[in-house]
Amino acid sequence: MPTASMTVNGKAVSGEVESRTLLVQFIRDKLGLTGTHVGCDTSQCGACVVHVNGKSVKSCTLLAVQAEGAKVTTIEGLANGGDLHPMQAAFRENHGLQCGFCTPGMVMSALDLVQQIPDPNEQQVREWLEGNICRCTGYQNIVKAIQAGAKAMRS
Amino acid sequence: MADSGIGARALRKEDHRFLTGQGHYTDDINVHGQLYAYFLRSPHAHAAIRKVDTGAASKSTGVVAVFTGADVAADKIGGLICGWTVTDRHGKPHKAPPHPILAHEKVRYVGDHVAVVIADTLTNAKDAAEKIEVDYDVLPAVVDVAKAMDAKAPQLHADTPQNLCYDWLLGDPAQVDAALAKSHHVAKLDLVNNRLIPNAMEPRAAIGEYDGGTDSYTCHSTSQNPHVLRLILCAFILGIPEHRVRVIAPDVGGGFGSKIFCYAEEVVCLWAAKKVRRPVKWTAERSESFLSDAHGRDHVTHVELGMDKDGKFTAMKVETLAAMGAYLSTFATCVPTYLYATLLAGQYTTPIISANVKAVFTNTAPVDAYRGAGRPEATYVVERIVEVAAREMKMDPAEIRRRNFVKPDQFPYQTPVALQYDSGNYAKALDDAMKLADYAGFASRKAEAAKRGKHRGIGFSAYIEACGIAPSAVVGSLGAGVGLWESAQIRFNPTGTAQVLTGSHSHGQGHETTLAQVVGDMLGLPIENITVVHGDTSQVPFGMGTYGSRSLAVGGSAAAKAADKIIAKGKKIAAHLLEASVDDITYAKGTFRVAGTDKTKSIGEIAFAAYVPHNYPKDLEPGLDETAFYDPANFTYPAGVHICEVEIDPDTGVTKIVNWAAVDDFGKVVNPMVVEGQVHGGIAQGIGQGLLEGCVYDKETGQLLTGSFMDYCMPRADDLPSFKVGMIETPCPHNPLGVKGCGEAGAIAAPPALVNAVTDALGIRHMEMPLTSERVWRTIHKMAAE
Ligand code: FES
Ligand code: FES
Repeated sequence: MPTASMTVNGKAVSGEVESRTLLVQFIRDKLGLTGTHVGCDTSQCGACVVHVNGKSVKSCTLLAVQAEGAKVTTIEGLANGGDLHPMQAAFRENHGLQCGFCTPGMVMSALDLVQQIPDPNEQQVREWLEGNICRCTGYQNIVKAIQAGAKAMRS
Repeated sequence: MADSGIGARALRKEDHRFLTGQGHYTDDINVHGQLYAYFLRSPHAHAAIRKVDTGAASKSTGVVAVFTGADVAADKIGGLICGWTVTDRHGKPHKAPPHPILAHEKVRYVGDHVAVVIADTLTNAKDAAEKIEVDYDVLPAVVDVAKAMDAKAPQLHADTPQNLCYDWLLGDPAQVDAALAKSHHVAKLDLVNNRLIPNAMEPRAAIGEYDGGTDSYTCHSTSQNPHVLRLILCAFILGIPEHRVRVIAPDVGGGFGSKIFCYAEEVVCLWAAKKVRRPVKWTAERSESFLSDAHGRDHVTHVELGMDKDGKFTAMKVETLAAMGAYLSTFATCVPTYLYATLLAGQYTTPIISANVKAVFTNTAPVDAYRGAGRPEATYVVERIVEVAAREMKMDPAEIRRRNFVKPDQFPYQTPVALQYDSGNYAKALDDAMKLADYAGFASRKAEAAKRGKHRGIGFSAYIEACGIAPSAVVGSLGAGVGLWESAQIRFNPTGTAQVLTGSHSHGQGHETTLAQVVGDMLGLPIENITVVHGDTSQVPFGMGTYGSRSLAVGGSAAAKAADKIIAKGKKIAAHLLEASVDDITYAKGTFRVAGTDKTKSIGEIAFAAYVPHNYPKDLEPGLDETAFYDPANFTYPAGVHICEVEIDPDTGVTKIVNWAAVDDFGKVVNPMVVEGQVHGGIAQGIGQGLLEGCVYDKETGQLLTGSFMDYCMPRADDLPSFKVGMIETPCPHNPLGVKGCGEAGAIAAPPALVNAVTDALGIRHMEMPLTSERVWRTIHKMAAE
């Protein structure tokens, strides 16, 4: 069996995987980081979004072995101790989540948007979220949260 | 207190764990020694099973067991049940064909469960499933609800001629016909309520465990109602005693009705766990969710609405064919009857109404409650025909509605379709919504859009909803197999904090916050000092779960009653400690006081005294822990008006929603932030139905053509606008909190508002949902050609 080795949330990890093991399975099943979710089998929903080498990636579209040597950040890697990351805090303050299932992917995706567009307008946020499906919120408060989070991150 | 009591926009207590990846959804839970189940599903819509050969699969790597329908039958495991008996127009109960947990002898829809492989890893289970050989004799299938009763249609079940489950009637069609014949004008419409696939973002999952030492079971499940699931598992299917089964529904990632029901997979996991003496876990892949979650809607309806020369409604007649799918899901039968026909009065004073509903089997996934459950279908019928009537009578759509509204002084209002509305102010909601939508400015916006070559339209929807279905005695008389009360327990701790145990279940609604607000407000505690516990049959006394927007109206009322009991007991303890008579003790916001004095005890001191009863009333039990069951006197009746404005690009057929104004009456609001969120989400799902979503089965083969997020169009962020949400408040007069329920309103209101707007924009009478760009484009081009 091949081994996959990478840095996840700042920690070096490695584990045996099948060649067909997806990055999301490695993260959830081998590392026990269950904040990254699986909502589909066609790479549409975005519940599984993590950062690989600083960019948002659907971890269900990548094999674990493809992330060999990469720096991976998951939702568990954002908060600093008890303090929420400003984007996480903005989701809470703006009621940007209901059942919470899409939320980790939304937050990770939003952070990549803010890297690229520090001050996104509503339309830019809505378009960016094309790859993230939420069935609960109607997106309105997610959009608001992301704009508020972006603002907090700028200051 | 102001920041977290009733009415406060308190931030949610549950959010921290979800935002930091520390939620515990069923698939996040792993049990020592667990095995994985994988279901082999039917590739055919209708086929006889000649033979299932599991030999090679059983020998495959890592496989512990392979079970088929024959094993289920040999173990005498019961089938899945339908918990609501509908009596047909001839006084007979509906047809209830067997619904085995693994198909036996026949499969009846693509996705029907044929066998289960249990193996050490999921991949090994999947690999082995490919080695199962099933010899099918493929039969013709019928997937179209409108064709199910045709003479040529194949019959799905023995003893269900014409695939008819029931032929049900409410009201007197002959009387309605007579009234229609005398009417000045009769508007008529045929319409389809498109089949939807719920798609909660968390796929269904289950873990079955069996403990041989105590002969007891634990079932983790993505359920909206763990106690109901336990009852069904024990009493109806597995025949095991309820006290030896614990059902846990941990964090659940959305339900929208689809997780109310007892499904084959969770039963199989529990049954198999005992057989293999190891925990068995199953998590749906999204394609399995598409195939096997209970779908929603799927009606074909003919409606006629009569009116006098002033546009006052005189009578309405409705005939509906409703799909049940291949088998009856848990509450399938009541959705197109008691949750549908009883809402056909809408907000109007139509004096007589008749509804005939024929429920039929088709070779498709079972159909059951989905956000709104019957009420969106009813609202779609009413608000479409009212719109058609307005246009045919050349009346303003707002005016025809206003003229027919039940007026505020008419409550309680008895409708001709069984329900008695308790309160409301429909005209106020209409006025407010028209202001919010700037209806007055619409004509100039339309003219301006026309200059740009775009078609603008506006659509109204004045909906009524019935939430918190009750009381138990009434629903029992209508055929329900359960009571529809709710329970709550408040465990006050000696140190002044409290747990609130509720039988309702939160899967996104925010009960951990809102129920804490209710109880905190009454007991004078900040919400930080309250934990709401739900979803575990071993912790919560009992419960009926969450659906039909009932959790606050019924579950919240139970919590309020439990808080009342805490206060009543607290008064006795306070009287003793303050050396006063109980009658002289007043209570407000956590403080007991000897009336008119400054002698007080805080509720925390009372709780401490209750658990450390050194100085305590002689005849009083120690402890401060109260349970209440609440059975409502009536449904609650949220209502409101939504106005949708669209702009259509004739070159692309794309409909852009340019404005959405919603004014809802949910009675008293506990947390406006949460309520607005519910409204947004509901509207989004309603727009999904109206604009984007539609479940399609191939008419010949019965294959599900919309079986993934690539083929089934879920609303994305850039399909939707920001909604303008307003509220009015007429408190519910019959529950202690004055609350009505808000979870389904948006999904109920939105589809007709949207279709009314698009047909207005195009100047056409009707168009079937979903109003995809392709359909709109074709309609525009067909009109141009004619
Ligand atoms: S699980 Fe990766 S996109 Fe859906
Ligand atoms: S919050 Fe439930 S799917 Fe987004």
